[in-house]
Amino acid sequence: MVKYLAKRISFLVLTLFLVASITFFLMKLMPGTPFSNQAKLSPEQLDILNKQYGLDKPVFIQYLSYLWNMVQGNLGTSFQFNNQAVTSIILERMGPSLQLGSQAMLFGSFFGIILGAIAAIKKNTWVDSVATFFSILGISIPSFVLAVLLQYFLAFKLNLFPVALWDGWNSSILPSLALAVAPLANVARFMRTEMVDVLSSDYITLSKSKGNSKWQTVAKHALRNSLIPAVTIIGPMTVNLMTGSLVVENIFTVPGIGEQFVKSIMTNDYPTIMGLTIFYSFLLTVVILIVDILYGIIDPRIRLNEGGK
Amino acid sequence: MEISKDKFKLAKKDTHLEQEKISTPSLTFFQDAVRRLKKNKVAMFALGLLVLIIALAVTAPIISPQDPNAQNIKYANLPPKIGSGNIPGFSGELTSQSGAKYDAYAGLPSDKTFILGTDYLGRDLLSRVLHGTRLSLLIALLATLVDLLIGVPYGIVSGWKGGVLDTVMQRIIEVISSVPTLVVVVLMLLVLKPGLLSIVLAISFTGWVTMARLVRAQTLQLKELEFVMAAQTLGESSFKIAMKHLIPNLSSVIIIQTMFTIPTAIFFEAFLSFIGIGMPAPNASLGTLLSDGQKAFRFFPYQMWIPAIVLSVIMIAANLLGDGLRDAFDPKSE
Repeated sequence: MVKYLAKRISFLVLTLFLVASITFFLMKLMPGTPFSNQAKLSPEQLDILNKQYGLDKPVFIQYLSYLWNMVQGNLGTSFQFNNQAVTSIILERMGPSLQLGSQAMLFGSFFGIILGAIAAIKKNTWVDSVATFFSILGISIPSFVLAVLLQYFLAFKLNLFPVALWDGWNSSILPSLALAVAPLANVARFMRTEMVDVLSSDYITLSKSKGNSKWQTVAKHALRNSLIPAVTIIGPMTVNLMTGSLVVENIFTVPGIGEQFVKSIMTNDYPTIMGLTIFYSFLLTVVILIVDILYGIIDPRIRLNEGGK
Repeated sequence: MEISKDKFKLAKKDTHLEQEKISTPSLTFFQDAVRRLKKNKVAMFALGLLVLIIALAVTAPIISPQDPNAQNIKYANLPPKIGSGNIPGFSGELTSQSGAKYDAYAGLPSDKTFILGTDYLGRDLLSRVLHGTRLSLLIALLATLVDLLIGVPYGIVSGWKGGVLDTVMQRIIEVISSVPTLVVVVLMLLVLKPGLLSIVLAISFTGWVTMARLVRAQTLQLKELEFVMAAQTLGESSFKIAMKHLIPNLSSVIIIQTMFTIPTAIFFEAFLSFIGIGMPAPNASLGTLLSDGQKAFRFFPYQMWIPAIVLSVIMIAANLLGDGLRDAFDPKSE
């Protein structure tokens, strides 16, 4: 276990190092400077700005100091947004994103499990067909298309929610809903497959022959055993949520990390782009590592040293 | 000892053999898969829909009523109208802020109608949607092709050679796949000039990894099988074994994965264009059309509807066909 953990963590560090390096050099190749969309600056003023941000030093020195600062948790200061530290931008904007993400995840998982379980129990009936149809819809339709449709119908036409405003829980419902549909559909699909498998196992037959009712059997045995493998889709689900949040936050003007990322891209704000890239990669690799470890603990049949999955 | 001939008699023709005879022609794996696919009504419907959409996209330059980028401010923001406007939804009417309906075509020459309306620059939306679909599908096709050209050989070499090479190749894959696709795609597009090829490159930069993984896993199983050993014993070169024995046996994995790559590529193109780093203006793609439509949906909702529906239909059809192909090629999965 310790050996496995050490291996995985060293790999995680290597990945992050590579991501940071690649991001850094790609940013150096980018066209445009951070000061190009500000009012005309004299060469002297540009020199001062370049010096202040360390842009006058050789690229390699900039690279080393960037890495060194990163290790210490300092991702530099933003070229835009009043020289704020990138780390503080991330911390400040994490709240709304985290809220949307967890709401979407909870909502999606809960209803996904129910939908999948019902589809499996009612296998090959019209209930199953309807559930399958909806999960295909949910998997296929991109979250931003859904977000636009929700915004049009529920916010603009029916006036149930604010169109694009971040003010209290009410305004988080629509973006969470737009993000929740894909996890819901994926969980439902996964759950159905697992549950169909589990329902044909011997212990289900045993439970039935002991005289337990159908629903008792499902609740006590089938549901629990189908849920274990579902842990593995938490990783891909997180990736999906992250991708979706970029556009969904923009559509609903949520002051989250996704919205910040797009804004930084539009303004050539290198340090923020780099910081957010590394942050996203870090989040993802850590989530996947935790999921792998969790899975090994929940299901002892999985041996961690064999790749974790 | 002698046995007289009359002790023997002719055995009756065995009717049993008749019963055992296989009357239908034996099917190859592919024929069998196609037969199973044909039975799947949903998948066939999705296939039909996709064929129709592809046909419309391919012939877009011919069937479009006008140049997708031709602007005419006089005809800006006109809603869909067919003929004299008797068909519901295509009446040429708009709802103003106060809720009253008015004829948006009033004061314009009566012979000029737009089936799907026009955008804020007076560009014909039907032409733009046709060309946009064409562009999105082209990007998906190219990205899938790159996936195939890199992923399949990579997977075969990694699985076939094994040893240190395999380990190194797998580590590379692990690093690439641990970076979120989204981040890679966005970074690549920032560095490359925006345009069709950059989008294809950005999407396939991480896209081939899944294909390579699946192909490698399958190759590992295949290389233990007898027919591969037989080919090796006969002195076939590795390249020939790969072409003649591995690829045909990998084809089902490859076909299924390809079918799921296409919607992913379409999604990323639309996604990138939506946040403004995809196809540059004035090019129409499904993503840019949806993004424009979203900005205008308060007063001109039809501009959002059309690309949203087209994009969703393509995604749903591609996923349904992918599911159908998986069931057809891998009967164990059902």
